[in-house]
Amino acid sequence: MKKVVLVALASLIFQSCINTSEKKLPILGEREPVEKTVAGKLLIDTIYQTVPAFSYFNQDSIPVTNKDFDNKIYVTDFFFTSCNTICPIMHRNMLNVYTKFKGNPKVKFLSHTIDIKYDLPSKLKSYASKLGIEGNQWEFVHGSRDSIFGIAAKSYLVSAFEDSTDPQGLVHQGWFILVDTKKQLRGAYDGTKEDQVNQLMKDMELLLKEEFGNEK
Amino acid sequence: MRNKLIYFIFLTIAFTSMIQSCQNETSINFKRYYVNGKRLYENNCQNCHGSDGKGLGTLYPPLTDSSYLNLNRNKLACIIRNGQTGTVRVNNIAYDGIMPGNQTLADIDIAQVIVYITNSFGNKQGFYDSEFAKNDLVKCK
Ligand code: HEC
Repeated sequence: MKKVVLVALASLIFQSCINTSEKKLPILGEREPVEKTVAGKLLIDTIYQTVPAFSYFNQDSIPVTNKDFDNKIYVTDFFFTSCNTICPIMHRNMLNVYTKFKGNPKVKFLSHTIDIKYDLPSKLKSYASKLGIEGNQWEFVHGSRDSIFGIAAKSYLVSAFEDSTDPQGLVHQGWFILVDTKKQLRGAYDGTKEDQVNQLMKDMELLLKEEFGNEK
Repeated sequence: MRNKLIYFIFLTIAFTSMIQSCQNETSINFKRYYVNGKRLYENNCQNCHGSDGKGLGTLYPPLTDSSYLNLNRNKLACIIRNGQTGTVRVNNIAYDGIMPGNQTLADIDIAQVIVYITNSFGNKQGFYDSEFAKNDLVKCK
């Protein structure tokens, strides 16, 4: 009897080892099957939703485009500097993630302001410095109304909009979205919840391994 | 052996109930204020000042500067009700932000929050009741 339990236990441990080493993050968003012919054979391939080209100005008033995120994974969110509800919690948590991956050239952070009128690059600069952020591993960006609200809803699946009934006139969700080197969405985490943010950090490690193996 | 145990338990119970009844009204009030204050803090202040009272960068000041809180003890109620702007030095660092007011908090709520923040995060400044808050709030600029 004891032996049976032992064997069962051992195989359980073994399986859990395999599971962790093979675990891959899912790909989120829309997908469509496409047919293609490879070496005379018809194959069905799946095309996943990707983040389209974008162009903004960052906290140093320098243009930032999708090219700056090529060959990197990144975490993105939507906020505004005068937001006094969930943003402080989100960026306290994001700061922890940033600190963990600080200096890693394969990881970037992208925070879009949704306060198009007031959060000009100079405002973003002062916000970033007060948060303790230097350099451009974490980009705080300003863009046109259409490009920001459009990319939020369509590409990152985050709801953000202007709302005159809200005390601050702006409403947005606190998601942190994890994007891979192919610009595919690989995870969505509630940036106001510590446990979900911890999961994000674990998932980033996993994604880095998937994308870059053990290369440093 | 069993008798001894029963005797011991009896003694402990008697002793603790004695201590409890000795607790004066202030300390019972203090506890009530502190517990309610913690809840009010979580709902109204924690997003900016943090669960550990450490603030966030130089965006939001910490509530860990005992000497600041002590020197400004009579102004805390006004800061909480009406908010604050301009430069403030906390732990010798300048902060220049906007703290929104809390017009919906009653005098007693403000007193409870003050009891919580001035007795957490390394602060130990004792009781502050709603009468104090009322007096301090009259003097808001
Ligand atoms: C939206 C963010 C925000 C919220 C919510 C908030 N504060 Fe503040 N608080 C600030 C900022 C910013 C300052 C600094 C203001 C300045 O620069 O003059 C400040 C300053 C203070 C100060 C004086 C400086 C210090 O650090 O001791 C106290 C005390 C204080 N807040 C307590 C509270 C309490 C209690 C609550 C909840 C009832 C609260 N705050 C809610 C942002 C906030």
